[in-house]
Amino acid sequence: MNHLGFDTEKLKIGSFDFTCCEGCQLQLANHESTLPEFLALLDIRNFREISSERLDDSDIALVEGSITRSDEVERLKAIRAQAKVLVAYGTCACFGGMNAQKNKFPKEECIRTVYGDKQIDTMPEAHKISDFVQVDYSIPGCPVSKEEVERIVVSIATRSPIALPKYPVCVECKQRLNTCLFDLGEVCLGPISRAGCDAVCPSGKTVCLGCRGPADDINYASFTELVRDKGLSTEEMREKLAFYNGFTEYLNHEG
Amino acid sequence: MKVDFNIDIHHLPRVEGHGDIRISVRDGKLAEAKWAVVETPRFFEMMVKGMSAERAPFLTSRICGICSISHTLASIRSLERAMQITPPETARIIRLLAMHGETLQSHALHLFFLAAPDFASTPSVVPLLHSHPEVVEAGLLLKELGNELSIATCGRATHPVSLVLGGVSKAPSKPRLAEIRQMIADRRPMLDRATEFFMTLRVPDFVRETEFISLCDGESYPFIGGDLVSTDGVVRDENDYLLMTNEYTVDFSTSKFTKVSRESSAAGALARFNNNYDQLHPRAKEAAAAFGLQPVCHNPFMNNIAQLVECHHIVASAEAIIDQLLDDDTGDFRADYKPKAGASTGAVEAPRGVLYHHMETSDEGKVVKADCIIPTTQNNANIHHDLHALATQALAEGKGEKEVEKLCEMLVRSYDPCISCSVH
Repeated sequence: MNHLGFDTEKLKIGSFDFTCCEGCQLQLANHESTLPEFLALLDIRNFREISSERLDDSDIALVEGSITRSDEVERLKAIRAQAKVLVAYGTCACFGGMNAQKNKFPKEECIRTVYGDKQIDTMPEAHKISDFVQVDYSIPGCPVSKEEVERIVVSIATRSPIALPKYPVCVECKQRLNTCLFDLGEVCLGPISRAGCDAVCPSGKTVCLGCRGPADDINYASFTELVRDKGLSTEEMREKLAFYNGFTEYLNHEG
Repeated sequence: MKVDFNIDIHHLPRVEGHGDIRISVRDGKLAEAKWAVVETPRFFEMMVKGMSAERAPFLTSRICGICSISHTLASIRSLERAMQITPPETARIIRLLAMHGETLQSHALHLFFLAAPDFASTPSVVPLLHSHPEVVEAGLLLKELGNELSIATCGRATHPVSLVLGGVSKAPSKPRLAEIRQMIADRRPMLDRATEFFMTLRVPDFVRETEFISLCDGESYPFIGGDLVSTDGVVRDENDYLLMTNEYTVDFSTSKFTKVSRESSAAGALARFNNNYDQLHPRAKEAAAAFGLQPVCHNPFMNNIAQLVECHHIVASAEAIIDQLLDDDTGDFRADYKPKAGASTGAVEAPRGVLYHHMETSDEGKVVKADCIIPTTQNNANIHHDLHALATQALAEGKGEKEVEKLCEMLVRSYDPCISCSVH
C-alpha cells in the first residue's frame, strides 16, 4: 500500500472472537463504500467469520468478546504470544461488557435456569481480556464504530499516534444540536462516558449507557448530584452504570 | 473401495459462532455424523432478570451481532403484549422497515461473503474481488442498502438505538426517507445481477423430507407476529411457542435441539417460503421461478436461493412502505405506558427463521422471567440429521474425503447458522 507517497507492507491482521455476539467483527465488513480500499491495506491471516484461511502470524490481533471459560484463557494467551500488537476490540473485550450482568448471580443458578440439570463449563464471572493478557490498544464500543476502527488500523499501519477522545459523549451530542435527555427527564450517561461514537444513542433519542466506558477525568460526584437535583431515580442510574461493566470502580466506591 | 477416514472440522469458518462437524467413515460406510456446537454460553435469560422492561430489549439485542434488530423487536413485542401496550401504526411500519433492512444486510452478507466462496471454491470473498468484481459490487451495494435502511429507521444497523417499548423514540425525517427511496431505485438492478450470478452456480442435489416451521398471518409475508405453522399442518397460537419447539439438551452440544412432529424441523428463509409462497411479491415469485424453486422444497441448499428470493420481496415491500410514509402524516410514533404485571410471547421472523422471546413482568415493570428460543437452535437437529443423510448419499455416490468434507461444510453454511445467538 501507499501512504503519502511511501510504500509500506500490508498489515497482517487476525480477528479472533471469544464470548460475544460477534457484532464488532461484523463492523469490519460494514462501511461498504470504503471496504475494498480498507481490505487493500490488509493481509487477512485469520478471520474465521468470513474466511476459511487460518494462519497464525498476525502483526495485529483484534480480540473480540469477554472470557468466560478456561479454554478461552489458553487460546487468548496463544494469540498474545504470536501477535505483535493486541487490540481489545469492543466493549466485551475492554470491560467484560454486558456479559458481566451474569456476575451478580451465582454460577449454579445461571446453569440451572438455562440448562436444567445439564453440566456446563463456565466461569463464575465474565472477564475483560486484560485480566489475562497485556493489551496494547483498546477500541471500546457496543458495537465498535467502523470509522474509528479504520482510523486506528490506518494509524497502526502508518505508525502514527493513536488516541481515543478524552472528552465525554455530551461534547459530540451538543455538536449534533440534540435536545439534552436530562431536560426530557431521563438519566443519560453522556456526561461521564467516553466520546467517539458521534453520540449515536442520544441522537436517536435514547440514553447513553456508557458502552465506551468512563471519559478521562470525569466528575462522578457532580454527575450523581445532577441526577439527584433533577429528581431522577438513582436506582435507574445504577442500572445504567452497571449495563456494560465499564463503571464498576465508581459503583463499588459508592458501595 | 473400502475406505476409512475422519472429518473433524473444529470451529467451522464462514459462519457466525463456534460449531464443529464430525464425520467418521469406516469400511466405506458412515459410522457417525455429528453437528456439535461448542460456543460458550452467556446466560441471557438470567442476566435480564430484575432489569426494567424499558432496558431489557437493549440487553437482548446483544444476543446477536447480525440479527440484533430482530432480537430487540422480539423482546419489545413480548413485553408490549405482556404489559398491554399498543404501539401506534406509524411505529409498527417503521419497525417493519428496520427489519427489512436487517434481513437484506444479513442475506447479502450470507449470500456473497459466506456462501458464494463455496460455490466458487475460494477461501473467502477476497479473491472474488478480482475474479468477479461486478458480483462483489452487487453484494456490497445490496448489503449497504440494507444497513442504510436500518440506520435511517432505527439509528444503527447493529444494536438499534431508537426501537423502544411503546413505539420508536425517533422517526426518520421525510428527506431522509426520500434519500433511501432513491437509493433503492438506484440499486434494484443489483438484485437482477445477483440472480443472474447465482443462476450460474450448481446447487447440490440433495433432498431430505423436512417439517418447515414459520410464522404465517395469511395476509402478508411474515416478519413480526402471527400464527405458528408447519408444512406438516400444525397451527398454533404465538403464545404456544413451547409446543412448537419442545427444546431438549444433547451431550455433544452447548446449543439445545428442538422438534415438532418429526425427529427434527427447520426454520429460515426456505421455511418462510414454503409456508407463505402466496404472499410473496410478484417480482420475488418471478425470481423463484427462474431457479425452479416451488413450495414445498425439501433441498436445504435451496435456502440460499430462498434468501435471494426474499431480497426481491423485501426491496419491493420497502419501496411500498416508504412511499406510504412519504405520502402520509407521520402522526404519533410512541405510546405512553404504565408498568404492569403480565406474561406473553413475542415471535418475529429473524433472517434465519422464527425467533421467540417470552417474558414475564412484575407490577413495577421489571422482568421476572425470560425465555428465548433462537432460529439456529430450531435448526440444530435438522442440520445434524441432514449431515447424516448427506454423507451417506455422498459415500454411496463414491465421493472421497475432500468432496464429502466440502459438501458437509456447504450444507451447514446453507442454513446460515447464527451459533453464538443459539447459545445465548
